[in-house]
Amino acid sequence: MNACLEVTGLVAGYERSNPIVRGASITVESGQIVTLIGPNGAGKSTCVRAIAGLVPIEAGHIQLNGQDITTVPAHGRVATGLGFVPQSDNIFADLSIEENLQLGIPRNARREGRARAEALLASVPEFRERRARRAGGLSGGQRQVLAVARALMAAPTVLLLDEPTAGLSPRAVTELLMQCRQLADEGLAILMVEQNVRAAFTVSDQVVVLVQGAVAMAGTPQQLSADPRLAAYYLGGRSST
Amino acid sequence: MNLQVLLDGVVEGSLIALGAAGVTLTYGTLRFGNFAHGELVSVGAYWALLVAGAIGALLPDSLVTPEGFTATPALLIGLLAGAVLTGLVAVMIDNLVYRPLRDRGAAMAVSMASFGVSMAMRAALEVGFSARPRYYSDELSIAWDLGFARIAPDRVLVWALSMLIFMALALYLTRSRTGREMRAVGENRQLAEVVGIDVRRVLRMTWLIGGGLAGAAGVGIGLLVQIRPSMGAEVLLPMFAAAIVGGLGSLRGALFGGLLIGLGEAVAVAHVGAEWRAAVSFTLLVVVLLVRPTGLFGRRE
Repeated sequence: MNACLEVTGLVAGYERSNPIVRGASITVESGQIVTLIGPNGAGKSTCVRAIAGLVPIEAGHIQLNGQDITTVPAHGRVATGLGFVPQSDNIFADLSIEENLQLGIPRNARREGRARAEALLASVPEFRERRARRAGGLSGGQRQVLAVARALMAAPTVLLLDEPTAGLSPRAVTELLMQCRQLADEGLAILMVEQNVRAAFTVSDQVVVLVQGAVAMAGTPQQLSADPRLAAYYLGGRSST
Repeated sequence: MNLQVLLDGVVEGSLIALGAAGVTLTYGTLRFGNFAHGELVSVGAYWALLVAGAIGALLPDSLVTPEGFTATPALLIGLLAGAVLTGLVAVMIDNLVYRPLRDRGAAMAVSMASFGVSMAMRAALEVGFSARPRYYSDELSIAWDLGFARIAPDRVLVWALSMLIFMALALYLTRSRTGREMRAVGENRQLAEVVGIDVRRVLRMTWLIGGGLAGAAGVGIGLLVQIRPSMGAEVLLPMFAAAIVGGLGSLRGALFGGLLIGLGEAVAVAHVGAEWRAAVSFTLLVVVLLVRPTGLFGRRE
């Protein structure tokens, strides 16, 4: 497998003197789902937002398919193969479903993008029938699917998902995670922040535990499930063991 | 309401709507009310005066007009050039003044700075052209008698061009990629960035088009009334009122808001007195905001 995304020693935050992510290193390979978990305030969302280019980076490097994108602006990272779906406000509610998808199509690949959009509209009946309607009228689960679909319009090699299952029904959570698994099986590299640890473990290849902005543990779901430190991190920050 | 008042109101309203479209576009994308928008109206009128004058001097045939009109072919080219050049002036002002403040996150300072820009621009126009009124033509536009009302051919031309520009703008915003990107940036700038939209390029386009609309409105006002450095400041309130009454960020709102204010002003002038004209914008603004705070077509943020 190829390392699609390599994050090395990432230090990032909104204030220069007070970084939230403190030296995190994460690798995601093609076809893998890597899930970032950790207690509240660990810096998980800040980490993926920094990788997406939305949070200032103070130190460290981000490599995407061998290209250093650390200083590339957020909009330029899409062209390098990075897709990002924020946790909330992740669709353009006032634009139609079709327009949301069209916005995801890169300027230099309109024909292929249009074909992808049409294929997606054809495969999702709720979208096909309401393609000209405001996306703001969609349910929470449908919004997440639309947000992921829009990110896929640019044919990314790495997809960042910030808590994609937040606020969804158990059924919608299962469906969304299964779709993520299918995308990974087709070769996409996915780095996902997830609070729903149990559900995330069922689809992840690797799990990274972030505590106070640094990687505290990493391994397969099986390895971490058997490690007593995991519960300790969730209950009280950094474990001494 | 008699038909003459209705016709006058629709023509005035179409020009107010054109200016309001610029206000609503820049507000919708940048979330910023540009108080120098009125001066962009004046700048457009003067650009067209210069360009039409230069073309007329070089090509005397371009000053021949169809019967009844005072708008020359040279002025139509001046309108186009004036709109483009005013758009470029708006881009330049953004680069020099607003963007540095915006990048520092000083949202309130940007609005305050636009007051300063407004005064500086008006003073520059007075220095360059004096406060003396100017006209695109010394001729009079002789009104057509329609039987039920009279209307000057220039007014018909201004109304038709305004509607044409509105239709072109509506198509651009809904059918073109950049138009969609402008709407996306207006709704959620950060999301627009991660979708791959070059927000700075979109903002430049917004200023170019918003400034161009103000410039076009200025040429229309200059043709129907007169050209003065303060002409834009005098229509700023009706334009802002139209944009707010229609719902900030809504192009349809700007059109209906402009027509409503234009009709209101025409009724006030005909039945109450010309001195009450300015009060119409305020009154309509207050009434609509009390009943519907987001304006007629605005959405709650």
